[in-house]
Amino acid sequence: MTTATVPDHRGRYGVFGGKYVPETIMFALEELETAFDEAIQDKEFNELFQKELAIYSGRPTPLTRADRLSEYNGGASIYLKREDLNHTGAHKINNAIGQALLAVRMGKKKIIAETGAGQHGVAAATVAAKYGLSCKVYMGKEDIRRQALNVFRMKLLGAEVIEVTSGSQTLKDATNEAIREWVAAVEDTFYLIGSAVGPYPYPKMVKQFQQVIGHETESQFKEIHYEKLPDAVVACVGGGSNAIGMFAPFIEKEVPLYGIEAAGMGVETAQHAATLSKGSNGVIHGSLTKLLQTSEGQITEPYSISAGLDYPGIGPEHAYLHETKRVTYEAVTDEEALQALKLLCENEGILCALESAHAVAYSLKLAKKMRKDQHVVVCLSGRGDKDVHTLMEFEEGGE
Amino acid sequence: MNKRWKVFQHSSDYRFTPYIMAGDPCEEATIELSLALEECGAHALELGVPYSDPLADGPVIQRAGMRGLAQNMNLEKTVKLVAKLRERGLKIPVIIFTYYNLLLQLGENRFLKLAENSGVDGVLVPDLPYEESGYLQEMCSEHNLALISLVSPTTREEKLAKLSREAEGFLYCISSLGVTGVRSEFRAGLDDFLKAAKRNSRVPVLVGFGLSTREQIQQFDGSSDGFIVGSAIVKKIEELESDLLTNREEAIKTFKSYIESLLPVYSR
Ligand SMILES: Cc1ncc(COP(=O)(O)O)c(C=O)c1O
Repeated sequence: MTTATVPDHRGRYGVFGGKYVPETIMFALEELETAFDEAIQDKEFNELFQKELAIYSGRPTPLTRADRLSEYNGGASIYLKREDLNHTGAHKINNAIGQALLAVRMGKKKIIAETGAGQHGVAAATVAAKYGLSCKVYMGKEDIRRQALNVFRMKLLGAEVIEVTSGSQTLKDATNEAIREWVAAVEDTFYLIGSAVGPYPYPKMVKQFQQVIGHETESQFKEIHYEKLPDAVVACVGGGSNAIGMFAPFIEKEVPLYGIEAAGMGVETAQHAATLSKGSNGVIHGSLTKLLQTSEGQITEPYSISAGLDYPGIGPEHAYLHETKRVTYEAVTDEEALQALKLLCENEGILCALESAHAVAYSLKLAKKMRKDQHVVVCLSGRGDKDVHTLMEFEEGGE
Repeated sequence: MNKRWKVFQHSSDYRFTPYIMAGDPCEEATIELSLALEECGAHALELGVPYSDPLADGPVIQRAGMRGLAQNMNLEKTVKLVAKLRERGLKIPVIIFTYYNLLLQLGENRFLKLAENSGVDGVLVPDLPYEESGYLQEMCSEHNLALISLVSPTTREEKLAKLSREAEGFLYCISSLGVTGVRSEFRAGLDDFLKAAKRNSRVPVLVGFGLSTREQIQQFDGSSDGFIVGSAIVKKIEELESDLLTNREEAIKTFKSYIESLLPVYSR
């Protein structure tokens, strides 16, 4: 396989990636790259990171066989990688701990972050509290309204939530605003990005801190199945951090991988967030990747019931894995995700996040077409408590 | 190097380079504002292109971009607008200020051909740092366009020297960290930064970002060869929006007296 050589020294995944940012922050990206490369070579740093994952976030997270769901669905059996059992309820904390430890190592006392649904904002506020850093979270005005609970959580954790009123007032604009703030405060501020997006070295760094998901999965699966590998691995893709972390150890192996985007109301409508299925090459948030845009290059607003998948871009490594066809990317609608969420609830007693429900929905379809002695692993990226409000609204309004 | 750049570079004035947004508040207003700026003594003009995600701009220019977008202004039309400006007699160099995604979607080659034929003199791409600019740099040279380099107080010493040496058109020195927008104070040590830039540069060194008053502009005469004013002018245009649409002659008059109040007396 050809993937071993990416990213190259310029931060490229094939044509994708790079650093499309104002000159003012170029030095900070270089500084970050040097500090990151040194840190991951340093045994002490790695041990500290592993220790924090264990004693603060509760890792390793289990790999749970979904017995009743698999039985109900038919075909291959389904395993759930339980990222929902992390502290703060999602995989986002893995990356937040990693980057916060790096910030501390670099002597930075201030962190800034962007957030859409508030999950990464909560993770960032959490690690800021834990490591004694000040924290500003940029969040679109529209999202602040939709995600009041997470806004309150961030404030409880001592973070300052900054309302973003530019553009369409959602995640893409919150990210623009966080980058603008970084340009202004770059000399003493660490930008703690929430997904495998952004200028190099962010995509590489986020993958590094999330690959614990895939490594644990591999060894847990091998332990149950006498050194065999899963027959398929499935993860949802917003910016792509839980997916790239889950895929990391499998990319070089013969394991079919599936990344699931949000089809919203359907990819044939204008209301979706299916960046790889429907997007084209362009630059967003410092990286050349696939994105949803007009023919003239104005970035368009995506739609998904799940705020965490509601992003018009995608990490550059996913754009590359899509182009080289190493990973199959499919899209799942709101409706299908909601159904899967209910099935998982009723058959396993697990309320997963709406984002993760997209991966579950596709796994059900996939497993049905596979043999009974085969195994599908799904990354259950987060728990669904944050979505209860949305679910209630949907139940009341929809049925 | 074309004739317009020669005039710009050989001028002994403290060079005034305004920035305005194409299509703000409408195309005809952009034309008349540009001509007015030249009459007031502008030595070159930066023409911004409306973009949905202007990562390097503060609120004032963001709003101007929204107004431009509402007029359906885009990169291709902005370039064609320069041809119209030439027909109407504009003589100073014009630099297109565009985000990289807009260039990519129009196609770099298509853009450069069109720009060359429309009387554009330079291109400035705020989210395309030197490290990513190799191809565009080459193509700009083929089409007789200057790719304007931005340098910042955070640019490392060797890089600053290299970019200053290789600069074409003019060298754009960012006065302060952060995005575009009016500022009340500048960074300490700015003079040293400008001096370092001037030491190596073969082209005029201009200072920009945040300048909004005559006093601020005068402060850099001596340490720089010229200055760029964006947000302050764009803000004035925002104030004059309705008159620029309905009572343009009057609005242009007011605009010109504002520009005159901004410029150091000797630079006119
Ligand atoms: C639970 C959960 N899963 C997935 C995502 C999508 O992000 P990514 O694609 O980076 O994993 C989010 C983002 O907020 C999330 O909260």
